[in-house]
Amino acid sequence: MTQQMIPEQPAQVEVETNVWKPARRITTLSVGLVLVAILVLTALLAPLLAPFDPNIQHIELRLLPPSHQHWLGTDGFGRDLLSRVIYGARPTLLLVSLILVLTIPVGLLIGISAGYIGGWFERILMRLTDIVMSLPSLVMALALVAILGPGLMNGALALAFTSWPPFARQARAETLALRRSDYLAAARMQGIGGLRLMFGHILPLCLPSAVVRAALSLGGIILASAGLGFLGMGIQPPTAEWGSMVAEGSKVIFDQWWVAAAPGGAILFASLAFNLLGDGLRDKMDPRHGN
Amino acid sequence: MATDSLNTDKLVAKDLTIYLPGERPLELVKSLSLCVGQERVALVGESGSGKSLTARALMGLLPHPCQLRASQLTLGDHDLTTLKEREWNKLRGNRVSMVMQDPKHALNPTQKIGKQVEEPLRLHTRLGRKERQEKVADMLNAVGLPNPAFLQQQYPHQLSGGMGQRVMLAIALINDPQWLIADEPTSALDFDMREQVLGLIERLVEQRNMGLILISHDLQQVAHYCERVLVMYKGELLDELPADQLAHATHPYTHTLWSCRPSKFTHGERLPVLDRALLASLKTGAES
Amino acid sequence: MTDSSTPAGFVRQGWRWSGRLLTGVISLALTLLGLLAFTFTLSHLAPIDPTLQVAGDHASEATYAQVRRDLGLDQSVPVQFARYLDHLAHGDMGISRITAQPVASDLMRTFPATVELATCAILLGGSLGILLALLAVWKPGSWLDNVARMVSLLGYSVPIFWLSLLGLLLFYAVLHWAGGPGRLDDLYMYTMTPRTGFVLIDTWLSGDRDMFYNAISHLWLPVTVLAMLSMAGITRLLRASMLGEMNKEYVILARSKGAGRARVLLCHVFPNVLGTLITVLSLSYASLLEGAVLTETVFAWPGVGRYLTTALFAADTPAILGATLLIGTCFVLLNALADALTYLLDPRTR
Repeated sequence: MTQQMIPEQPAQVEVETNVWKPARRITTLSVGLVLVAILVLTALLAPLLAPFDPNIQHIELRLLPPSHQHWLGTDGFGRDLLSRVIYGARPTLLLVSLILVLTIPVGLLIGISAGYIGGWFERILMRLTDIVMSLPSLVMALALVAILGPGLMNGALALAFTSWPPFARQARAETLALRRSDYLAAARMQGIGGLRLMFGHILPLCLPSAVVRAALSLGGIILASAGLGFLGMGIQPPTAEWGSMVAEGSKVIFDQWWVAAAPGGAILFASLAFNLLGDGLRDKMDPRHGN
Repeated sequence: MATDSLNTDKLVAKDLTIYLPGERPLELVKSLSLCVGQERVALVGESGSGKSLTARALMGLLPHPCQLRASQLTLGDHDLTTLKEREWNKLRGNRVSMVMQDPKHALNPTQKIGKQVEEPLRLHTRLGRKERQEKVADMLNAVGLPNPAFLQQQYPHQLSGGMGQRVMLAIALINDPQWLIADEPTSALDFDMREQVLGLIERLVEQRNMGLILISHDLQQVAHYCERVLVMYKGELLDELPADQLAHATHPYTHTLWSCRPSKFTHGERLPVLDRALLASLKTGAES
Repeated sequence: MTDSSTPAGFVRQGWRWSGRLLTGVISLALTLLGLLAFTFTLSHLAPIDPTLQVAGDHASEATYAQVRRDLGLDQSVPVQFARYLDHLAHGDMGISRITAQPVASDLMRTFPATVELATCAILLGGSLGILLALLAVWKPGSWLDNVARMVSLLGYSVPIFWLSLLGLLLFYAVLHWAGGPGRLDDLYMYTMTPRTGFVLIDTWLSGDRDMFYNAISHLWLPVTVLAMLSMAGITRLLRASMLGEMNKEYVILARSKGAGRARVLLCHVFPNVLGTLITVLSLSYASLLEGAVLTETVFAWPGVGRYLTTALFAADTPAILGATLLIGTCFVLLNALADALTYLLDPRTR
C-alpha cells in the first residue's frame, strides 16, 4: 500500500460540528396513548369511578363550590359535577366512534375506487371530494343538524359528512402509487382482479395511514362535536355531555365558574390526548415529519 | 507541487473519524488522514465510501446525527475541532468554500443569481454596493458567463446545468479562498459540459494559487485534472498516489477501478470486476 | 432562457396563465355550485312544510295548491334549483322569521362585525404565529422549540367557546380589563353613527376618544381568543414547513458561504416558505370565520356567527341557510385565493 501515514500521537478530541440538532424525540406517542387510555377507561368504567349518579338532582345542593364531598362542585340542578364529567366521556367517545365508523369506510371506498378505476369516474369523485373539502365543516354540520334535528345520530352524520374527504384523498393517492407496484402486478398475474384486488389487497395497505389520519382528525372532531353540544345541537340534556354542560355553566359563569370550567377542561383533555396520539403515530410512521 | 507559492498553509486531517453515536456507534469514515496544501487533490471512491461526508466535515457541515473526532483537524493554524459556530462562519466562504453537485437544488430558488453571488461579499467584506456589484460582474466573467448584468436578474431555474455550476463556482471563489472543496461538481452535467467545468475549475485554482479537493467517482476525470489521488472505500482510505501513477497502481482496488473504465481499448472485452473477497482479506491481513 | 423575453414566449406564457386562470375559475364555480346544492337540499329537507307556513294551517285545498304553485314547489327539482339560484342572484334569501327582515339585509348588517373580528384576529395571530415558528426553528429541539410546540398544541386542542368563557370571566368579571358583551357599552351603542359598520373606524371617525377606547376594550378580548386559535395552526404548519426546508441543499450552500443562523432562517428559508405561509394565513382566516360562530355567541358580538346561532335556537331556516351560504362562500373564496396566491408567488411559475 502506498499510504502516507503521518505518525503522530493520537489525542482523541471529540467535536460536534453540527449546529442544528433536531429535537430529542419526545415520545408524543406514549403520552398520547396514555391519555387516550385514561379517556377510554374513564368512559368504560364510569359507573365505578363516579361517586354519584350523574342524573339525580338535588335542588337544595345546587351550585356548590368544589368541596370534600363534591370534588368539582355541583351544577345548577344539584348534580355532582365530577360524576357528570366522568359520564360525559361516554357520549363523546360514542359520537366519535360513530363518526369514524361512518367516515373511514366511505372515504376509503371513494378513494380506492377512484384510484383504481381512474378515468372519468376518478375525476368526478375527486372533484366531489375537493368540493366537500372546501366547505366549512362546523357550519355545514350545524346547518345539517339544524334541519335534521338535534341528537346523537344526526350529529354524527353531520360531522361525518364533512370529515371523509381527507381519507378519500389519501386513499386515492396510495392506490395510485400501489397500482404500479410489483406486489399488485403479481396478484394480477394470479388472476386476482377487480373487487377482490381492491378490497383484499389494496385496502389492507391503505389502512395504516387511514388509522394515522383518523387519529389526527379526532382532536378536531371532538372540538366540533363539543361545539355542537354547546349550541344544543348534540345529545340532548339531561344526558351529561361536555359541550352542553359548558353551555349550562355559561349561564352562571361569573359566580359559579366551576360549572363551565370542569367539562371544558375535559374537552381540552380529550382533544389534547387524540392530537398527541395522532402526532405520535404520524412521527412513527414517517420519521421525516418528526420534530 | 508549487514550492514558492504565496500559500503555504495546509489543510490537515489526522485520524479523522466520522461516526453515528449511539449504543453501538457506527463509523462512517474511519481514521482518515490527509494533508492538502496548494495542490489539486482528488478524493475518489464508490457511493457510500464516505467521501462526501469527509468534505462536509472539512467545512464543519456534517449532517445532524453524525459526529466526528480526530487527533488533528486544522486549517492553516485554526484548530477546527474547537471552533465555535461564529468562528466557523468566518472561515466558510472566506478561506475555504464549497461547490456542490446539483445547481438546481443547491441554489436558492427564490433568490436572484446576483444576490446569491454577492452574498459572500456581504458576509465577509466591507465593500460598498457598487464595489460588490463590480466584483460580482468580474467573477461571473471569470467563470465564463456572458452578459453578467442580465444574468444577475435571473432565477436559478432559468439557468442550464452548466451555467448553474459556473454560478456556484463564482459564489465559491468570489472571496478568494485558499481552498475549494468540489463535491462531485460535474456529476449532474452533460458529458461535454463536464470537461468545460473541470477545466474552468483547474484554471481558476491555478490562477488564484488555491488548493483543491475534488471529490469524484470518475477516476479518469481526476487523473486528468488532479495531481494527487486519495482512494476511499467503505470509509477507509485505501490508497494514495500521484495522479500520473494511476495507470501503474499497485493496490488491487485502485488497479481495478482504473482498468475497468470502458474505452475503445476494452471494446468487446469483459471488463474486470472487483474481487471484494480479496480486498477484504487484504484488509484483515493488513490489520493483523 | 426566460419565456417572457421574446414576444412569442410572452404570448405563450400569457396563454398558459389564462389557461390556468380558466381552470381555477371553473373549479371555483363548481365548488360554489356544490355549496349551493347543499343549502338548496337542506332547505327542502326542512321538516316544516313551507307551503303551510305561508298558507296557514287552516287553508283550503285550493289555497294550498295555489300557494304551492306560487312557491314553485310543484315543479321538478332542477327547475326549483334554477329558481333558487335566480332568487339568490337577485339577493333574495328569504325572510328571517325572527327579525322579519330579509335575510340578505340582516347579513349585510352583521357581516362587517365578523370581518372586523376576524381581520384583527388574523393580524395578531399571524404575527404571533410567525414569530413563534421562527423561534421554534432557531434551534430545533431547544426549550424554545418545545415551548412553541406545546403552546401550539394547546391552542390547537382547546375548545374555543370554553376559552372565550374563561377569558370573559377572568378579564371582564375579575380584572375588569375588558369590556363586557357586545361591541360597545350601551351608552355609546346608541350615540354612535354607524358609517362603515366597523366599530373601530366608526368610533375613530366620531372623534370621541372615550368611545374609541371603549370599542377597543370590547374588541381586544374576542380578538385575542380567536388569535390564539389561528396562532396555533400557523405555528404548527409553518414550523413543519421550515424544518423541511432546512434539510435542503441550498441551506447547506448558504451555510458554506459563512451565513449565520439568523441570516439563513430569515433570508434563505423564510422566503422559500412564503407560499406556504400565504396559504396557511388564508386558510387560517377562513377557519377564523368559522371559529367566530362560537366566539361571537359567547361575547354577544353582533356578527354573522351570532346571527347563525340565534337562528339555530329559533329554527329560523332561511336565516340559518343564508348565514351558512355566506360563511361557506367566504370559506371557498379564501381557499381559492390561497391556491391562486401560491401559484403566483412561486418564481418557478413565472
